[in-house]
Amino acid sequence: MTPLDPGLDPGFGIYVHWPFCLAKCPYCDFNSHVRDSVDHDRWREALLRELDHYADVTADRTVTSIFFGGGTPSLMNPATVAAVIERVAQRWKTAPGLEITLEANPTSVEATRFQGFRAAGVNRVSLGIQALDDQSLKFLGRAHSASEALGAIGLAARQFDRFSFDLIYARPNQSVAAWEAELKRALDHAVGHLSVYQLTIEEGTRFHTLHNRGDFVLPDDELAGDLFEATQALLTGAGLPAYEISNHARPGEESRHNLTYWRYGDYVGIGPGAHGRLTLDGAKHATRAHRAPEIWLDRVDRHGHGGHAAEPVAPAERAVELLMMGLRLAEGVPLARLEAESGQPFAQSLDAAGLDRMIAGGFVELADDRLRATAAGRQRLNALLAQLLHA
Amino acid sequence: MTELKNIRNFAIIAHIDHGKSTLADRMIQMCGGLDAREMREQVLDSMDIERERGITIKAQTVRLLYTAKDGEQYQMNLMDTPGHVDFAYEVSRSLAACEGSILVVDASQGVEAQTLANVYQALDNNHEIIPVLNKIDLPAAEPDRVKEQIEDVIGLDASDAVMISAKTGLGIPDVLEAIVQRLPAPKGDPDATTKALLVDSWYDPYLGVVVLVRVVDGQLKVGMKMRMMASGAAREIDRVGVFTPKALLTGVLGPGEMGFITAGIKDITETKVGDTITDDKRPSQTMLPGFKPSVPVVFCGLFPTDAAEFEHLRDSLGKLALNDASFHFEAETSAALGFGFRCGFLGLLHLEIIQERLEREFNLDLITTAPSVVYKIHMNDGSVIDLHNPADMPDPVRIVKIEEPWIKATIMLPDEYLGSVLQLCTDRRGEQIELTYAGSRAMMIYRLPLNEVVFDFYDRLKSISRGYASFDYQWDEYREGDLVKLSIMVNAEPVDALSTIVHRAASEKRGRALCERLKELIPRQMFKIAVQAAIGSRVIARETISAMRKDVLAKCYGGDISRKRKLLDKQKEGKKRMRQFGQVEIPQSAFIAALKMNDS
Repeated sequence: MTPLDPGLDPGFGIYVHWPFCLAKCPYCDFNSHVRDSVDHDRWREALLRELDHYADVTADRTVTSIFFGGGTPSLMNPATVAAVIERVAQRWKTAPGLEITLEANPTSVEATRFQGFRAAGVNRVSLGIQALDDQSLKFLGRAHSASEALGAIGLAARQFDRFSFDLIYARPNQSVAAWEAELKRALDHAVGHLSVYQLTIEEGTRFHTLHNRGDFVLPDDELAGDLFEATQALLTGAGLPAYEISNHARPGEESRHNLTYWRYGDYVGIGPGAHGRLTLDGAKHATRAHRAPEIWLDRVDRHGHGGHAAEPVAPAERAVELLMMGLRLAEGVPLARLEAESGQPFAQSLDAAGLDRMIAGGFVELADDRLRATAAGRQRLNALLAQLLHA
Repeated sequence: MTELKNIRNFAIIAHIDHGKSTLADRMIQMCGGLDAREMREQVLDSMDIERERGITIKAQTVRLLYTAKDGEQYQMNLMDTPGHVDFAYEVSRSLAACEGSILVVDASQGVEAQTLANVYQALDNNHEIIPVLNKIDLPAAEPDRVKEQIEDVIGLDASDAVMISAKTGLGIPDVLEAIVQRLPAPKGDPDATTKALLVDSWYDPYLGVVVLVRVVDGQLKVGMKMRMMASGAAREIDRVGVFTPKALLTGVLGPGEMGFITAGIKDITETKVGDTITDDKRPSQTMLPGFKPSVPVVFCGLFPTDAAEFEHLRDSLGKLALNDASFHFEAETSAALGFGFRCGFLGLLHLEIIQERLEREFNLDLITTAPSVVYKIHMNDGSVIDLHNPADMPDPVRIVKIEEPWIKATIMLPDEYLGSVLQLCTDRRGEQIELTYAGSRAMMIYRLPLNEVVFDFYDRLKSISRGYASFDYQWDEYREGDLVKLSIMVNAEPVDALSTIVHRAASEKRGRALCERLKELIPRQMFKIAVQAAIGSRVIARETISAMRKDVLAKCYGGDISRKRKLLDKQKEGKKRMRQFGQVEIPQSAFIAALKMNDS
């Protein structure tokens, strides 16, 4: 597989959102819903219809990745996944080595479907492992056990060309030593890609309520800093450096689909609550679908798509979005991309005094025609962005 | 016009909550000034803030018509006066327009410090005073004890005190009779050249400037060209009337009468309070004794929280100043807070009221810097500077000495709190002049530096006495003090808004407290931050805020872009309220919180 050019072409991805879960995880604020039954035929037809709608306006593009996210897309019928992949291939040109990822839960039930997904064309899975001990999995509200998770990893490694898994750290009462031990065990199973997310409390989640009530305490700024730095050191040492704030890969094993987001490329968002960024007639547009599954279905039936009206993204906003996403990457942002999105010399998109301070402080570098956040800068990206952008 | 013998002009003096406004309400009702439908509580306090705080800020007059037991009808002019020390100046000019006062004392509470100050002012104006005991229906009322206290503490004969309950209306006719019988009628000559006292003035958007007057000799009537002797302005009177409390046009006001006039005046500076109004055609040769102009004694900076509100603040201050000649302001720039105004006030309550009116009536969100008094800085070139703003303090090497204002404070309180209040006064560099008892209540008279009083003294007093202590003060003198400018620095740059002038002995404690507080208030930044307190170049306290370790969204994918950009936009909006100190930007909110702290 040839790595994408880390330069100017960010690719063109298709994201497909499957909004259903068997249960809501207490930390998750994604658009997920629990339903007694799902009419799979109707959902398949709706997804295909919405694909057709976007194919009509972006038919000249070459698709570089497809990503099934959710929700829990491993609950989809493999036939639905196959139909979507087939329809993409019918309606668009596809790049050689098209990356097709599906997010999966590592329960034994879902693992039995891996073969079907592989037959449908999926060539990469991303497993929601989250933790490697049963007590933590219980706290995180996960339905699988640690041994089930390891079983699913083994199966995925055999079934798919590439796989990745997610871990959540900075959990209550987690020490640096305990996390390092857990991460080392994970490395025994990780092949090419690992996503490690710090536990954050999002509004509208069960954890939000519990945390506000004081049921548990998260690590403070100091410990969170220690945990993050320990993660970087350990994974870099193991040959999986961070190519993005929370994503680590052996060189060439990066998620192409997610790179399209971070490189601020165009992507089509299919399914309830899915977002997209599409360049139409030379202007960048933001698309956003209705979040409620039933409303989305109804809109697709009536209009052929479930989106709200596409909103143009002004050049200044494009510059902000590009920086917000691109500075998450170790590779940084090519200045040429910044100039292309903003339509003005790059310096005008940045606060000159703030940039000087951040360069002097070692948080950002301006070299090789790129603006790049250093490791220290990426670790404090929110504050860094506030310094770099105009008030 | 009413014959002089049938006129009574009087003021009501009372401590806050002792029932002055309720008594006025009852008297208005009984004399038919307003019918039941129009009556509401504290009818004379027209500003929201007056009603809510139960205080009177602006003087008001009401004409009541009362038919006494002798069968004659009397015109009674009630002058409603502010009770608070900050408005002592308004009290003094109100009292000057009357011949007598009603002293209202709460029969369950007794005499308070403020009552005392106002009674002395009334006595200075040669007033006849009628003591009235209010709230005698309360179970806690102790009329005999309070009468004794009035005699002991104030030195007034309380044997004929009128016993009332303003709330139930009990005893109100007795008050009205006492006014007729015990207060003197005004003196005056209807045929002499016109002389009237300009008691107050305010700007009304429909009428222009409304002038409150007390006619001494001659008369004021519609069509007459009047002249204000001090300002020299001459205007034709277009309205003459009285408040009942509704405005009622009478066309003329004669000697001894009070009321209002308008003359198409747009600029309130033409109508100087205390001025003498005369007939332009037949002007008086002598002026009435005026008042000394009120001088702001407390200064602070007012800044809009949102810099875009600066013009709005300027306009609003201008509008308030239209009605409040005692309020001063000028533009000021602060590195920490941006553009704002340095404002002068008669006292802390005045400051609070102006601030609250700006926020409520003009919908402004304000930052107020620590109040400061006016220091007299004697320079080594022989000049003397009035310093209103600690940030403007000259280099100490050029200063020979600094003088600060002192006040004479009267504090009355139940003796069980005496120990802690004495301690408070000592901590604030107080000097005891007198300590006396009346029953279980103590009266303390202290000299205190005003700068110690503006710094939350009143709040502390209230808190340690559980609200039972009352406090009043009068000016004493300027005295030399061992004063220093305490500067607060963030990353070696001074935060002008936080600099204060303090006594050397208190400087270290204050400096340490401010540094510690700022350490709590300033969020971690990309760089570490040094917070220091210094006197001149000598650092007396230091705290370090370590640099932030981690501040990043763990997850950010395609679906999040719009939402995260909105968060970022909000953050950028917040950046407008950030102030740059060296490498770091500090949220203005940290300085605001530091300014709000009540430190002892």
